[in-house]
Amino acid sequence: MNHGFLQQSLADGTNADAITRETIFWILFILSSFAALGMIMVRRAVHCALLLAVVMLSLATLYAMQGAPFLAFVQIIVYTGAVLMLFLFVLMLIGISSADSITETIKGQRLWAGLVAIGFFILMALGIGHAALGPPVHQTDALNGSGNLTGIAQLIFTTYVFPFEVTSALLITAAMGAMVLAHRERTAPRPTQRDLAARRLASGHVAPEPPPGVYALHDAVDRPALLPDGSVAPESVSKAISQRVVEEKPQLVSNKEVEQ
Amino acid sequence: MRPLDYIILAVVLFVIGAVGVLVRRNAIIIFMCVELMLNACNLAFVAFSSMHGNLNGQVIAFFVMVVAAAEVVVGLAILMAIFRARRSASVDDANLLKY
Repeated sequence: MNHGFLQQSLADGTNADAITRETIFWILFILSSFAALGMIMVRRAVHCALLLAVVMLSLATLYAMQGAPFLAFVQIIVYTGAVLMLFLFVLMLIGISSADSITETIKGQRLWAGLVAIGFFILMALGIGHAALGPPVHQTDALNGSGNLTGIAQLIFTTYVFPFEVTSALLITAAMGAMVLAHRERTAPRPTQRDLAARRLASGHVAPEPPPGVYALHDAVDRPALLPDGSVAPESVSKAISQRVVEEKPQLVSNKEVEQ
Repeated sequence: MRPLDYIILAVVLFVIGAVGVLVRRNAIIIFMCVELMLNACNLAFVAFSSMHGNLNGQVIAFFVMVVAAAEVVVGLAILMAIFRARRSASVDDANLLKY
């Protein structure tokens, strides 16, 4: 591989020509703006997370276009990989169906939020438009003279070494905080096997719960079992399943259908 | 595509994230909108970095990413604690400190 070519492509971020860069930029501009708009429009948190992934990947591409390959990869690995997965894990724990309510609790909140947003945008745009930024320096040599990674490492371990050390303290504190917050103190002693047996005898159901599914007709887990006397046992269907089925297809587990 | 267009995109994303924080009720979505705002700031840092031809902006963006990761960890742990106690992730339900 030609070393000079590699250096050039590293310095420019990509080795695409100007028109390609322009096209990619505007596509990413529109894509990320609309994905971000979708984030505040969609009701379900999972869709919101997926749209956030789109925005983050677009931003990673933009970083690569601006001669920041290290940040582009960190964006993909840390943000899209780790942080977004953490969001999705918590969504699974809290309940995938936790849709946001769309009723306004404060009257006119959305209108005012939109007005404030437009005002803020105009303010920022005017500020940027009036700022004296000077002619743009072409970053080719100054930015990535001896490689992007080497340059960043040099800055982190010389100029920014104290903030870097403080960052480690911050990370340790955050990990401790998460552990403390996730910890749950056991208030009652753990029930022994004898306690569990006594509880089961007292409940009157000594035999295990009937498993779901009417095997002659269906063996799906969302079908409640039929008891020996022919009556339906709704408690044989797991609560998580019945909740989900009722939410999506309410007619699926009606007792009448099972009895037929 | 002027270099300033990156800043415009950053402002657009930041404003959208701010609106999301203001209007949404689900705490997880609010967190995601905060992440969007942090990402917009990162984009501005990287754009200014390439405009001025030095790497300081990229280093600051790197630090922002670290702080955002710490913020997400603690924030989601708080959210889980609240959800365990109140069975809801809506910010309207977490109002005990209000009275």
